[in-house]
Amino acid sequence: MTISQGTRHVGQPLKRREDLKLLAGRGRYVDDLKLPGMLYMAILRSPHAHAKIDSIDLSLARAAPGVRLALSGSALEDRIGPIVPNWIIPGSKVPVRRVVATDRVRFVGESVALVVAESLAEAYDAIGLIEVEYDVLPAVTEEQDAVRGDAPQLHENVPGNITTFYKVKGGDYEKANREADQVVKLRVVNNRLIPTCMETRAIVAAPEPDGTLTVYIGSQVPHMHRRWIAETVRIPEHQLRVVAPDIGGGFGAKMHLYPEDLLCPYLARELNAPVKWWETRSESHQSTSHGRAHTEDLEIAFNNDGRILGLKVSTLGNVGAYLSNMATGGPTVNTVNFGTGTYKIENYEALSRVVVTNTVPVDAYRGYGRPEGAYIAERAIDAVARHLNLDQVEVRRRNFIQASDFPYRPYGSTGVMYDSGDYQALLDKALEAFDYEGRRGECEALRGNGIYRGIGVAAYTHMCGMAPSRRLAPGGFDRGGWESARVSIDSSGRATIYSGSMSQGQGHATSLAQIAADVLQIPLEDIEIVQGDTRQVQAGHGTFNSRSMAVGGSSVHVSSHRVITKAKTIAAGMLEVDEKDVSYSAGAFTVPGTDIAPLTFSKVARMAYVGHKLPDGVAPGLDETVFYDPTGMGAPSGVHMAYVEVDPETGIVDILDYVAVDDVGTLINPRLAAGQIHGGVVQGIAQALFEEVSYDSESGQLLTGSLLDYAVPRAEHVPNIRSSFQQTPSPTNPIGVKGIGESGSIAAPPCMVHAVLDALSPFGIKHLDMPLTPPRIWAAIRSVREGDAR
Amino acid sequence: MIPAAFDYVRASSLTQAIELLRDNPDGAKLVAGGHTLLPALKLRLAAPELLIDIRSVAEIKGIEIGETHVKIGALTTHSELSASEPLNNVFPIFRETARLLADPQVRNRGTIGGSLANADPAADWPAVVLALGAQLEIVGATGRRTVPAEDFFLDIFTTTLAPDEILASIQIPKPKTGTRYAYRKIRHPASGFAVVGVAIAVRMLDGVVDEASIGITGATNHAFVGKEAAEFLTGKALTRDNIDEAARMLSENTECLSDRYAPAEYRANLVRVELGRALLELSQ
Repeated sequence: MTISQGTRHVGQPLKRREDLKLLAGRGRYVDDLKLPGMLYMAILRSPHAHAKIDSIDLSLARAAPGVRLALSGSALEDRIGPIVPNWIIPGSKVPVRRVVATDRVRFVGESVALVVAESLAEAYDAIGLIEVEYDVLPAVTEEQDAVRGDAPQLHENVPGNITTFYKVKGGDYEKANREADQVVKLRVVNNRLIPTCMETRAIVAAPEPDGTLTVYIGSQVPHMHRRWIAETVRIPEHQLRVVAPDIGGGFGAKMHLYPEDLLCPYLARELNAPVKWWETRSESHQSTSHGRAHTEDLEIAFNNDGRILGLKVSTLGNVGAYLSNMATGGPTVNTVNFGTGTYKIENYEALSRVVVTNTVPVDAYRGYGRPEGAYIAERAIDAVARHLNLDQVEVRRRNFIQASDFPYRPYGSTGVMYDSGDYQALLDKALEAFDYEGRRGECEALRGNGIYRGIGVAAYTHMCGMAPSRRLAPGGFDRGGWESARVSIDSSGRATIYSGSMSQGQGHATSLAQIAADVLQIPLEDIEIVQGDTRQVQAGHGTFNSRSMAVGGSSVHVSSHRVITKAKTIAAGMLEVDEKDVSYSAGAFTVPGTDIAPLTFSKVARMAYVGHKLPDGVAPGLDETVFYDPTGMGAPSGVHMAYVEVDPETGIVDILDYVAVDDVGTLINPRLAAGQIHGGVVQGIAQALFEEVSYDSESGQLLTGSLLDYAVPRAEHVPNIRSSFQQTPSPTNPIGVKGIGESGSIAAPPCMVHAVLDALSPFGIKHLDMPLTPPRIWAAIRSVREGDAR
Repeated sequence: MIPAAFDYVRASSLTQAIELLRDNPDGAKLVAGGHTLLPALKLRLAAPELLIDIRSVAEIKGIEIGETHVKIGALTTHSELSASEPLNNVFPIFRETARLLADPQVRNRGTIGGSLANADPAADWPAVVLALGAQLEIVGATGRRTVPAEDFFLDIFTTTLAPDEILASIQIPKPKTGTRYAYRKIRHPASGFAVVGVAIAVRMLDGVVDEASIGITGATNHAFVGKEAAEFLTGKALTRDNIDEAARMLSENTECLSDRYAPAEYRANLVRVELGRALLELSQ
């Protein structure tokens, strides 16, 4: 699709400009890099969940063919600083995490030693020759077990295995509890997941002839990685260049600082040669951060009309053996702050405890905390409807925050503000698209024939694009909330845009160009987007937290406007008119009401660079950089509905329909937006129905160590997803957008669980924990049937 | 991960492959499609010194529709089994099964011989060859022998194959007219293997079962024949009651495997439900 000049690009369902390259196999990923003299690193990982390291013998490995270096943690202790989290909720106890374990290992997969060799095969052969003696200690893997008095303790400075206590309080829950007609308690588990990317992590660190170091890494946050590597490996930041080429998925897992990110740069400088490491799939399962892993206890106080008066939440967030990059923020700010969801629950009390266990560190995964928060609110409202035998839709209506309430601060919160939205309208659109009434009747009618169908509903809202910068300090978030964009016009009037955002599949080369094209009024083909190179891109925070359109897109918008402002000044000089009389439309500067011929943007660009006739005081060039710090955060919202049929004989869930209506403010590109919803919904369905990390609770062994055991969603598992949108512009940014990337994975899990529970309602089953696998559903039905038979 | 070092020989004949096996009694592995072996090599769960690639051994390739038997070369891929019109005209169960087996990439490389010889307790073809009463042709250093499918599978990943023997072909007696088939399977969400798979062949005559055979996979250590249930059905009409009774019989007589995903009771339930549904399918 081509857009004629002067037409708006924003809002057009353009195809992704980057797809041809990626689909034709011409993408360039870190592992495609093969540099002369490149060496390969392999890591020996702990086979034990918890053990003292008695001795490490590297002599055989060092003598093996091709081996250049073999090291254990003690040799690195003074050379590479400990790995420090980037988000530390005040009051948290931070355990020391060495880049390679020194005296003790705390999860299966923790690095124990490393080898650098001339070939990958030699490196792997050599790690097999390292002899380690362990003294195995008792391990704990589940959050509920870890907080018991007799639990094995992981870190001396983390008594009781709890790093962080975080409280939220609004209104008076105890009073609501006393006054409510009824109170229901519910424990919900948010299953641990592995953020599976098609491309596993990979890194190449290459010393340059001038003494600088280039690090190629599949990073969602290249500038953050530059800072972290510089600080931890003690390399002057300006001598470090971080390049993120094409990335095969991130989902949050590629925005953290991992041991390998530090080892490769350090070893490359030590050996004065490029050092590559890439992660095998099995390594990925036991060393890349996991997601979710919460248990929440809910207490819901409500009246017989379905109105919720109060909600009390107790969260245990399992963060694994050490505090990963953002670990203290997930189960706390990101989860319980959003525990009331789209509902007006004015009396709210939450306590979140961040718990260490002998498992892979847990960190951000698509939604990070918001899926867990929405699950709290949604399971609570659904429990009320089921308990009172009221219609699930009607109970939501009665509790919704109303359109007239925005901007709305739930439970009087100072930290949470929902900027805009209209949940009733979203619900109405979803009900209509879904044919709720018709299907409700269908469900009832079919139950008589032993066919168990169910309808699930879930509403969500959250906040994304963490900002403004000054508000992130009190929460202990050690980075800013801004994003930068440089719009550089060349002498032909074409644009190169350097953005601090970092696509991992989102399609920024298309969507950011659409934003710029509307302001610059030049064709999309005349705009190139540059991302992921700290030597080219001035600064940035990268892509996470659904921030790229709201923050990164706004910075492109603002800097494009600055370009036009300057171009207008230059044009006025060229036309010898007053600047305020010049207007810009359809790619040309005109003076309305006169017969002065339009002056094209490219002619003005040419003048900006030859500089022959510039107004006094105007510098040559047409090149603007903006560091855009939003005034607040946008709050996307949505209502999703699912229609399922459960086979009571096998427990298999057949998804008959899935409807998503989302309000993400102004749509930049409806096609890409639908793609984001589809992807997130697929991951959410997987969490609800089959994805789950399992550990052996005694030995701490990872039982889902490969894709043979760990189920990721495939085409056969998911239905046709019907996505549509409502557009309530966000007042927090100039283009009115809200984040979209996390919506699907937030809404789908409760939506699916509710649909299955609805189908199972004739059996009197009121709650099941995810994942709702066929054996689990079948067992629940059987226990009811056996109970009936007795 | 990365496999340990190994030697590699591409065998050009069955005789050569068998000689190589005989000369390397401890450290040789055959590779055909490689879809089980290569992952094991990468994880270093297997580290053979020698890989004998048999993909070029022409004599164990292809499908022959003979007078009395259908002969399927061990190297025939799942995709070839699915695509072959002559084969599926006789035994449509091959296409029905291949469609449910793994994914297109695996189907394009993996072979039926590899699947049978590997004897994964959750593989699909074992149930099918059992239901079809196949004979497995095995070639070794001391000659050729034929084993009924029923005697081939001994335990988890264990068959009657000696270390220097190769499964050469699958020979299936051509069916009597009117024999119908069904394969039903509950797929594991991660591996795609059968949590339980049921293959049946049923011939009706004058409204009653003239002949029935049942092959079950996924439920126990190795695929097996549901003899009792088949005998029960013989001479009876495929009524709801008879079907339920046969399914109950098979389920109750099966000591099922238990694992993290599916406990034994669930598998036993699937044996009952899936056999019942497969029979119901053929009763209509």
